[in-house]
This record gives sequence, C-alpha cells and structure tokens, in this order.
Amino acid sequence: MHPFFPTNDELGIAVAKIAILLFIVLTVNAYLTWFERKVVAHIQSRWGPHRVGPHGLLQPLADGLKFFFKEDPTPAGVDKFVYYLAPLLALALALTSIAIIPFGPDPIRWRGHDIYLGIAPLNLNVGILALFAITALGVYGVALAGWSSNSKYPLLGGLRSSAQMVSYELALTMSVVGVLLMAGSFNLRDIINAQAPPVGHPDHGMFGWNLWPQILGFFCFFIAAVAETNRVPFDLPEAESELVAGFHTEYASFKFAMFFIAEYTSMITVSCLCTIMFLGGWLSPFPASWTITHYLPSVILIPFGLWVIMDGFRYETIFGRLVLPAVGTAITAFGLIFIVFPHINEFIQAPFWFLSKVLLFLFVYVWMRGTLPRFRYDQLMAFGWKLLVPVSIVNVILTSFVILAKMQWGAK
Amino acid sequence: MTTVDTVTGTAKTMVLNMGPQHPSTHGVLRILLELDGETVVKAVPDIGYLHTGIEKSCEDKTYSQAITLTDRIDYLNPLGNNLVYCLAVEKLLGLEVPKRAQYIRVLTVELQRISSHLVWLGTHAIDLGAMSVFLYCFREREEILKIFEMFAGQRMMTSYIRIGGVALEPPAGWRPAVRKFLNMMPSRVDEYEELLTKNPIWVRRTKDIGYISPEDAIAWSMTGPTLRAAGLAYDNRKVFPYSSYEEFNFDVPTRTESDCYARYLVRVAEIRESLKIIHQAMEKIADEGPITAEAPGIIPPQREKMKTEMEALIYHFKIFTEGFSPQPGEAFVAVESPRGELGCFVASDGSPKPLRVHFRSPSFINLQALPKLIEGQLIADVIACIGTIDIVLGEVDR
Repeated sequence: MHPFFPTNDELGIAVAKIAILLFIVLTVNAYLTWFERKVVAHIQSRWGPHRVGPHGLLQPLADGLKFFFKEDPTPAGVDKFVYYLAPLLALALALTSIAIIPFGPDPIRWRGHDIYLGIAPLNLNVGILALFAITALGVYGVALAGWSSNSKYPLLGGLRSSAQMVSYELALTMSVVGVLLMAGSFNLRDIINAQAPPVGHPDHGMFGWNLWPQILGFFCFFIAAVAETNRVPFDLPEAESELVAGFHTEYASFKFAMFFIAEYTSMITVSCLCTIMFLGGWLSPFPASWTITHYLPSVILIPFGLWVIMDGFRYETIFGRLVLPAVGTAITAFGLIFIVFPHINEFIQAPFWFLSKVLLFLFVYVWMRGTLPRFRYDQLMAFGWKLLVPVSIVNVILTSFVILAKMQWGAK
Repeated sequence: MTTVDTVTGTAKTMVLNMGPQHPSTHGVLRILLELDGETVVKAVPDIGYLHTGIEKSCEDKTYSQAITLTDRIDYLNPLGNNLVYCLAVEKLLGLEVPKRAQYIRVLTVELQRISSHLVWLGTHAIDLGAMSVFLYCFREREEILKIFEMFAGQRMMTSYIRIGGVALEPPAGWRPAVRKFLNMMPSRVDEYEELLTKNPIWVRRTKDIGYISPEDAIAWSMTGPTLRAAGLAYDNRKVFPYSSYEEFNFDVPTRTESDCYARYLVRVAEIRESLKIIHQAMEKIADEGPITAEAPGIIPPQREKMKTEMEALIYHFKIFTEGFSPQPGEAFVAVESPRGELGCFVASDGSPKPLRVHFRSPSFINLQALPKLIEGQLIADVIACIGTIDIVLGEVDR
C-alpha cells in the first residue's frame, strides 16, 4: 500500500467521512443558532423562537432558506475578486480546521480498515500546529472583507479584527505551550492520552486532566479563544452598536451566511480544541471503577426521547405530531440499544463525553453573550498584550520548571 | 445640511458619517466624525431628521387640543410634556389646581421618570453590548405602561394631564397595582446594579469617559442628570417647586466625577428617589376629592352634570367648538423632565388658540455639548457619550 495512492476503499472512506462531518457540522451550526437564541432568550426572560415549528425548531431551516432567497446586491466600487473571495475564504478555512479534530479513540472496523472518528490521519504529529496554522489564516477572510467592501464601517471593522485576531493568536498559542510540554507531543491524540489516569491509578478520573495543573493556561486559552472567534465580550469587529455590522456590513444573502457559518464553525472548533487541551478530550470525568456511569448516555437519552414523543403529541401540526415522535422514538431507541449492546455502549462513551464537554463550552459562549458588555478596542488590546500574553508566558516558564524538576529529582 | 466641508479635512484623517440611520444614535441623529484611526478629532452633530413641527402645529389648535401634540415631543416622557404645557397654560389663566390632582400628577410623572430612565438604561447598556439589561429594563417598563393604561386607557401617548387637573378619576384598583410595582422595583434596580455597577467591563467602558467640567456644563446650559453628575444639585423640583413638590421628601443625587459612569449612577439613584416620591404621593392622594379646578368654561363639565344642567351643556358645547380664550399675555414654566429642565413658553393674544408655544427641550440643549464630550475619545466612547446624554430626537427637533 503506497501512502500517496489510496485504494478505492480508502478514498471512499475519506469522502464519506468528509461528507458526514460536513453534514454534522453544518447541522450543528444551524442548531447552534437556535440553541443560542433559546438560551439567551431564557436568560433575558423571553421565549426565543417558538413560532416556526415546535419550540422554534424549524427556525434555522427558515433562516437558511431566507439566506438563499434574499437578493444579493454587490455595492458599487468594491474590489470584486477580493469581495467574493473573502466569505469563501472564511468559510473554507473554518470548515477545514474541523478536519484536524479527533472525536474518539477507537476505530470502527469495516472491510479490514480501521476507521477512526475524525478526518485527519491517526498519527498527525503536527496536529495542533496545523490547526493553529489554519485558524490563523482565518483573519484573512475578515480583513479582506473589510478592505474590499469600499465602505468605512467595514474598513474599521476589518482593521479592528486584524489587530485583534493577530494579537490574540499569540496568547492562544502561548497558553497551550504548557499543555504541549506536559504531553511532549503536538499530536492531539497523544495530548488526550497524556491526560488519562496514570497507570496503576485508574480511579483518578478527571484529576488527570490538564485543567488542574494548567489552570492558568486554561483561562488564558479560553479568553483568547473567545476573542479569536470574535464573540461577546470581544465582538468588536462586528460591534453592532458602533460599527453597524463591522466587516460584513456590505454583505448580504448567502455571502453573509458564509461569514455566519464560519463564525459558528470556529466556535465549535475552538470548543473542541479546549476540550482536547484541557478537559481530557473524550476521557470520562469519573473513575474507571464507576462502571455504572457508562449508562449515563442511556439515562439521558431515554427520558429525553420519551419527553420528545410526549411533547410532539401536544402539537396539531404534521411536524409536531409525526416528526417529533419519530425523533423521540429514535432517541429512545438509541438509548435502549446502548443498554442492550454493551460493546456499542463502550464505543460511544468517548464521543459522548467529547460532545458533552464541547456542548458545555458552547453553552458558556452563549452565557457570556447574555451577560457581559463589550470591551473597547484599546482596552481589548491592552488586555491581550499586557495580561494574557505575560500570564501565559509565566505559565510556560512555571510548567517547564516543574517538568524539569520532575526529570531531575522525580521518581526514576 | 452639514457637509464634509465643515470638518477640518486633512490627508491623515477619515470622515465617518454616523447616522442618521445607525443602531446607536438613538433615533435619527447624524454625527460627522473626523477620525484619526479610531480617535475622534472633530465631531459635528447634525439634527433635523425628525422635525415634526409640533410647536407650529400647536398654534393651529385650541389650548386643550394642543395637549395631544405635546405627548409626542419627548416620546419617553409624554406625561412630563403634558404637565409643563398645562402648568404654563394654567399660569396664563391663573388657575388653581386642587391638591389631589397635583398629587396624582406627581405620581404619574414620577412613574414616567422611572420608565424613561429604564429605557435610557436599557438602550445605553445595549449600546455597550450588555444585551440582557435592555430586556430586563423593558420588562419593568412594561409594568409602568400597564399602570398608565389603567389610568388613561393609553400606554404611551396618554394625554392624561389636562389643563386644570387630570383627565380621569384614578381607576379602581390603582393602589394595589402601583403598590405591587413599588414592591417589585427596588429589587429589580438592585438586579441592574448587580449586572453593571461593579462589572469591570462596564466600569472600564464608562469611567473617565465623556468628562465635562462643571463650568463647561453650566456654560453649555446643560441640565438634568448630566449636570448633577458634574456635582451641581440643580433640580427644578427643588429649586422651583411646582405641583406641590415642596411637600415631598426626596434627595437630589449628585456625583462629582462628571463622566459616563457618574451619569449612570445618578440616574439609577434617581430611579430610587422617584420610588420614594411615588410612595409619598400614594399616601397623599385622598380617595375622594376633585381632580380638576373649579373653572366653568375652561374645564369640560362632568358627563352627569351635562345631562342634567343646562349651563354645563352650554359650557361643554363652547369648550369643544371654540375653546377658551385666556387674557393676552405670556407664561413660562419649567419642570424637571428625566432629561433636564423642560420649559414651556406659551403666549396668548386673547384668541382661543395660542399665539406661540415654545419648548425649551433639555435634549436639544444638552446635545450641543456632545462635541465637547467626545472629541479626543474613541469611536466606542461616542456611543457611550450619546447614551449618557440621554437624548430623545423627537424632543431635539420638535
């Protein structure tokens, strides 16, 4: 088997993986907007979307369709090539970065192939570097959009975000160096495995995670990540109350949607990364001896599925009556399958924990949006350069010192 | 129209046209900003996009009809506008308003002040990115609007305060409704303060932003919370009491920092003071008593009398066909609106229609100091400063 010329099977698997992941990411994106609107609404004592479909569940669909059918005007005097390139670039880079993320440790066996969850190869030894390289390019989408629009508000937005993303890129990268030192690898799988309970102490559970020794790095990383994805309280590039809509003021219709999807995809990527770096990726937070926790997915899925079935019957619409009960039945069935087939249950443990942690981060993102005011541009830069970067550098020095001390005087 | 020429253009700077359609100019204010990077070198506010000709229209209405127009001047403070106009006309007529009506006026106007400050706080917070506070404030404002609906049958343009008194007897069940609001409100104000007052991002965004010295504030004749945040306890309710405000016990909150944060604190404190006043007004308002002055020919007679007394029917007919004619003369009254000193000048030539009605609107006058506040600051601060001046464009342009 030549490494550069894949067999038909391998090619098929790769294409299928890409298709499935794209589908999942785009759907999750769409429902992330629903989730965000719902959570923010409840924070603000409102209902949020609840007209289009039960619980507003069809709202993302309606929004997506609207983006397709809206008129797509191109303002006069734009640099056409760059103007069209910018949203493409933003979206493509955001989606590419997801490819690096591994979602589970165990392969699925199919026709003699080990299919791992995630697109990147198993031993991608530059994993984190590749990811940062791709996300760092993301600034081009924003900067080019701002520059090519031939308008003053986007220009200011583009300027702000170039400065912001470049500055926070540094803090983002510096803050994970501690993790890399501890893992001794750039490979994301190795980084997760390094957080597993040490041999002989299977009951350490969540105490093996990098979160505890790297608490400084974790906070730096998370703050920098929020800034990197241009979310509240660092959403200056698009600060609506100052710059109207920032860099995407002059974009409409699907070109706007592309920026939108790119932003939400980067939110997902960054949450995945945070999970991998600091929360032990797919590792369970519970001690290995608590095998009862393996039934947690079923315990969550079955009542939830039953509730969805019951809830569906409250509606008079076709969607409510048929689709919701069908979805609920499927969810319940999954829950039952996990209980009945232990090996399937074992397999889904890792993705389950991974997704739960990512969801937790996404919730925090939304929570912050419902709570915090926005920083001012210069304050943001000062915060990044004068606080985050020094703290993460101190974190690197401390970590390396501790590791060195362990090597010198630690257990043989 | 202000053009780019009025701004000192150099090659280094960029002129940014903020507004009239902009999410944070609180309506249709237009500001020409000359920017060096993100720093404002020069700012030229441009107004007139919401000119409605209310003052001129008043000249074509009878004295009573003009009240509905005053509602629409400062649309966050309709009752205050009613009050100042009615006070001016009453001064012209020499009418004595019964105490009970005065207290009802105080009650409604203070509720209005709270609702106006809530809108201010909400919009100011959303300008600075704190989205939830906006919705919390509007949730409470909703309760106030419900009370207004009880009193006047209208939520915003109530026209409740009329010449010589108020339009209607307070509705049944108004006391429990207002008391419920009074019980709820202090904890809600605490909630806003919890979200903002010590929030480091909020403090950074507002502290030392938009400073104006007390001397400048006086020179630009700023009034209201903006002036009180500069350290001057100037409040028309204390200085020139009207509508029996001298009988109420309340403080005039002041700060000395004179920045956006101080203005925020002053307004929040004013909400609490207004609650105190409403409490007292509730106790003072008797269950029975007249709500209008005794002035046949000026005050429309009660419906019941109209059906039984010939005189009342004639007065009713006269008032609603030709109105009443005050003696020739002029009157000026100023009240404390949520935004500052709201004055009303009414001149009469002895006809049933006013010769001239003019409003000294605090938004218009405070807005003139805006360039003073924002020049040398960043774009983001422009938003904070516009917010804390608390302009209502309807009042600026009239």
